[in-house]
Amino acid sequence: MRREVAVVAFAQAPSVRREDRRNEVEMLMPVVREALDACGLTRSDIGFFVSGSSDYLAGASFAFVHALDAVGAWPPIQESHVEMDGAWALYEAWVRLQHGDVDTALVYAFGKSSPGPLRELLALQLDPYLMAPLWPDAVSLAALQARVLLDAGRLTEADMAEVASRSRRAALDNPNAQLRGETSVEALLAEPYLVSPLRRHDCPPISDGAAVVVLAAGGRAPLLTARPAWITGIDHRTEPHALGVRELAASPSTALAADRAGVFSAPVDVAELHAPFSHQELILREALRLGGRTLVNPSGGPLAANPMMVAGLIRIGEAARRVMDGSARRAVAHATSGPCLQQNLVCVLGAESG
Amino acid sequence: MSGEPVRSIETPISLEYRYTPGQASSRFLRAAAEGRLVGQRCPVCGKVYIPPRGSCPTDGVPTEEEVELADRGVVTTFCVVNVPFVGHAIEMPYVAASIQLDGADIAFQHLIQEVPADQVTIGMRVEAVWRPPEEWVPSLENIRHFRPITGR
Repeated sequence: MRREVAVVAFAQAPSVRREDRRNEVEMLMPVVREALDACGLTRSDIGFFVSGSSDYLAGASFAFVHALDAVGAWPPIQESHVEMDGAWALYEAWVRLQHGDVDTALVYAFGKSSPGPLRELLALQLDPYLMAPLWPDAVSLAALQARVLLDAGRLTEADMAEVASRSRRAALDNPNAQLRGETSVEALLAEPYLVSPLRRHDCPPISDGAAVVVLAAGGRAPLLTARPAWITGIDHRTEPHALGVRELAASPSTALAADRAGVFSAPVDVAELHAPFSHQELILREALRLGGRTLVNPSGGPLAANPMMVAGLIRIGEAARRVMDGSARRAVAHATSGPCLQQNLVCVLGAESG
Repeated sequence: MSGEPVRSIETPISLEYRYTPGQASSRFLRAAAEGRLVGQRCPVCGKVYIPPRGSCPTDGVPTEEEVELADRGVVTTFCVVNVPFVGHAIEMPYVAASIQLDGADIAFQHLIQEVPADQVTIGMRVEAVWRPPEEWVPSLENIRHFRPITGR
């Protein structure tokens, strides 16, 4: 029998282009404190800790171990790490809570995208024999995907600019966003290409950031917050590793994860989609069958702030926040990892458990 | 060649990073450039960490109080290194040791010199041998090595 688990707190650091002053632990500590304070817990109340990050971003092996200083690991704590976005760390925490012996979990994610050459660095997640040695950078691979959609007549460059314009407008209300402002589709389309057919606004900003989510199981959750955001479904799936055998214009893994997570069983009020590139929002809307009644990326989404290894967990946090503040009854969060929406996680959050 | 299995390929990788030490380490490094050793004390457990990383790994809280430490302490453990590696200028064998400065609660790694390797012991009192001040930079390498404190 499945144990009900809810998000009871969410906190994030403002995303910035370059966090030059603080190291990762110094970035994380105030965020951990804010999340714990929000649900009235202390470190010793937490049954399980799990982090999501990538040592490739820091350029040092086992860099994630240092981050444990931000939560304090003595007396010994139960903890784990995923070398992925924190959304997958949250998945592990959800599974861990199913064991039944602990009731609370703290999920933290951190990533400085700024120290290394991010576009090239992301090539290292490709197949190491045939793809990575060619150093196809992340923006160029996304551009290939956008080209497939454009040539198939599935969208226009104006549709892509509209996603960017709406994201930056939505981010006006998000103090943690990095890019915000009023822009018109016409003005955006007048900009030059960065990697054709992508313009700068079609690509996410390079962001440094951190986020923390606290989960609680069963009867514990309502004791910690007035309106817990219950995880009614969560699932993650992956596409084939070789880009050449993928259907780049669609996201069957997202559709499958959404089906398993129960997205299609009821209307969705809010969706927070981890679409780092503008055209990918349109792919995800289709995979998740989102219609006009669903508010998409009210936070501004990853086009407004995209800290690597954090932006996916932020999607879950932002979706949960809207359930917790009563503005949404049912919200969907999506997280992605890898090139061209390689891996996808879908999490459904509701005001009611089950 | 044809028909032979491919057993290995070479794919050289090089990435350049711009490292940010953070606030605590920056203060430590700036003090080191002035020939001072500055640690930080945890407000909860009172332990003094050097080099500081800005947080107490035990309590998960910021460590803001700075504590200046003497450049002498004790060897808590050591090993004798007989394996050279590329670019290393030290004579073999040499001693790499964990050194706990007086007043600190954590040891850091440094070299022990000016004593035969087989005479280094756990508990040995050692002091820093600094490079000349004109060579000081923001680095623990301003200390060339540690050496035994002789009965003076």
